[in-house]
Amino acid sequence: MAAGAASGGSARADTYKDARGWLLLPSWAVLGIFVLGPVGMMLIYSFLTKEFRGGVIWEPSLAAYDQFFFDRGLFGDEPPTIEWTYITIFWRSIWQAGAATLLSLLIGFPTAYFIATRPENVRPVWVFLITIPYWVNLLIRTVSMKFLLRDQGPLNDFLISTGLIDSPIHIVNTNFAVQLGLFYSYLPFMVLPVYAAVERYNFSLSEAAADLYASKWTTLRRIVLPAVKPGVVAGCILVFVPSMGSFLAPDLLGGAKNFMIGSLIEEQFKGNAGNWPFGAAASMILLTMVLIILMFSARQQAKADKAGG
Amino acid sequence: MNNLLKSSAAALALSVASNAAAAEGKLVLYHWFEYMPQEVLDTFTAETGIEVTMDTYDSNESMLATLKAGGMGTYDLAVPGDYMVSIMAGEGLLDTIADGELANKGNIAPEWSDPSFDPGRASSIPYQWGSTSFAVNRDAYSGDIQTTGILFEPPAELSGKINMLDSQGEVMAMASLHMGIPQCSTDREQLKALNAMLQEAKQHWASFNSDTAKEVLVSGDAAVGQIYDGFAAKAREEGANVEYAYPTQGYVAWMDNVVLLKDAPNRDNALKFMDFLLEPENIAAVTNYAQYNAGVTGVAEYLDPALAAQPEKNPHANAGDGVFIKVCDQETQAVYDQIWTNLKK
Repeated sequence: MAAGAASGGSARADTYKDARGWLLLPSWAVLGIFVLGPVGMMLIYSFLTKEFRGGVIWEPSLAAYDQFFFDRGLFGDEPPTIEWTYITIFWRSIWQAGAATLLSLLIGFPTAYFIATRPENVRPVWVFLITIPYWVNLLIRTVSMKFLLRDQGPLNDFLISTGLIDSPIHIVNTNFAVQLGLFYSYLPFMVLPVYAAVERYNFSLSEAAADLYASKWTTLRRIVLPAVKPGVVAGCILVFVPSMGSFLAPDLLGGAKNFMIGSLIEEQFKGNAGNWPFGAAASMILLTMVLIILMFSARQQAKADKAGG
Repeated sequence: MNNLLKSSAAALALSVASNAAAAEGKLVLYHWFEYMPQEVLDTFTAETGIEVTMDTYDSNESMLATLKAGGMGTYDLAVPGDYMVSIMAGEGLLDTIADGELANKGNIAPEWSDPSFDPGRASSIPYQWGSTSFAVNRDAYSGDIQTTGILFEPPAELSGKINMLDSQGEVMAMASLHMGIPQCSTDREQLKALNAMLQEAKQHWASFNSDTAKEVLVSGDAAVGQIYDGFAAKAREEGANVEYAYPTQGYVAWMDNVVLLKDAPNRDNALKFMDFLLEPENIAAVTNYAQYNAGVTGVAEYLDPALAAQPEKNPHANAGDGVFIKVCDQETQAVYDQIWTNLKK
């Protein structure tokens, strides 16, 4: 995205050339104050000593990271072994977010393709329809989802009335409910970038492929998908990353029985634990993981661009 | 450290509230959700001309976290539970009310005038008190429910249909009663057994949820719910066939208290509001809404007569004792945190 903007910019006559540095000032100010500031604070807090019942003592300490990686038993005095608790929680979150991303892709890609192949004047209507549910607050949507899915809810009533099932399917308070909730929360983040990519796709390429006796499946796999890949990758990242830190869906739909990364971190600040350095350390580890994923995908993208260009 | 905290807090949306609060004739209240009827606030505004702004929280711990993360100086009053009053006093978050500053202090019921969590009521007045136990849907189970075993070793009919409060204090206190061990026990064998018992019990639980503790009972999502007595009464009134239990092993008793916060921006108005809440008529209106009990003398004539007859308010003859949640020391609390994390990992 950024690369495209830059190459487009250099070709244009820049009326505001002298002011170029200043134009970025508001973004830098916002990023600095609201992103770098808090992240920097978290980084510092994660290396401080915890104060009982919340807060930090200004003495450097690695205790938070030690707690994350080493298990010293219930009373904290056994020889350290590898701590699986938090790795399990992280793994669960990654897995849930991954499943939600896959669901979004399976539903979102055909949807985006459908919209992009409508006549030009009705496409905005379809995009508009996709965004309408998202005018409602996320909390309300998640609670509504719970009401739809629960044992005596409309979904089960409908399935029972059609005779497909005899007794309600338990969906609420399962991992599947969490995945559904995450998928539903972030679906537009998949549809919109994929739509943007498919819309730019030159459909005469598909025709050319058909002329050369490529099957529909081969055309999709070898021609369409590589062309719209940037949109798909952007969509996957936009769904995966917020899903991983989410705590609304796990709490409301999953029953909060198992910590996800988001709820684990929340507990350190708002729960009994009151362990701010540990919450900060878990946040930093999450942030590092997300950065690695983003850098990896950026590298892949750069490689693909080189190969393609 | 405080400077950094304060400056970071300034970046938060809280600053909006604090700016508004600095004006005259304001009062900023930090309160539990669904716990203060709007009419009571309206009456106060009508009587005094003071406008009340209220933010809400859903647990004692999240209130403490907000205050420690820079909420001090924003709010005038908060409403912590019994054990949280001692914690907040220990953290230096409470202001002292001098003798004579509260005209209606004498209205506090004698049994609540010198509680262990705030000797002499130096910083607090009673708000409401009640109990935390659990309610059982009688359509789902007809056997004996007066035992903590319903939560921790449930009969087969109830397994997988239990909602617990998402609150370490309440779950641990109830678990300790179930096992017959003291709260904040430091005995290693007892703590190991507590950890093992909770791991076992968790298999029977459907969810941890405090905000929707009542809704899951009404909707039928849960057949058993750990819950406060007033919420159980409301669930029953909303059509759920639930019975509130007073286990023979005991139950959790609590009292919420209005505390005067240090650096309150509208201290005088806060004291006026405390005096207002000590008038039997006003605190009775809260009780009629929240369906707990007031800690003020002379409320009886203002109370809804149906309240006193509620089964949730009348422990049966074999009920165990109501116990307050204890405040553990740092070392013991670390073990409790570990057990809680194990439970939810």
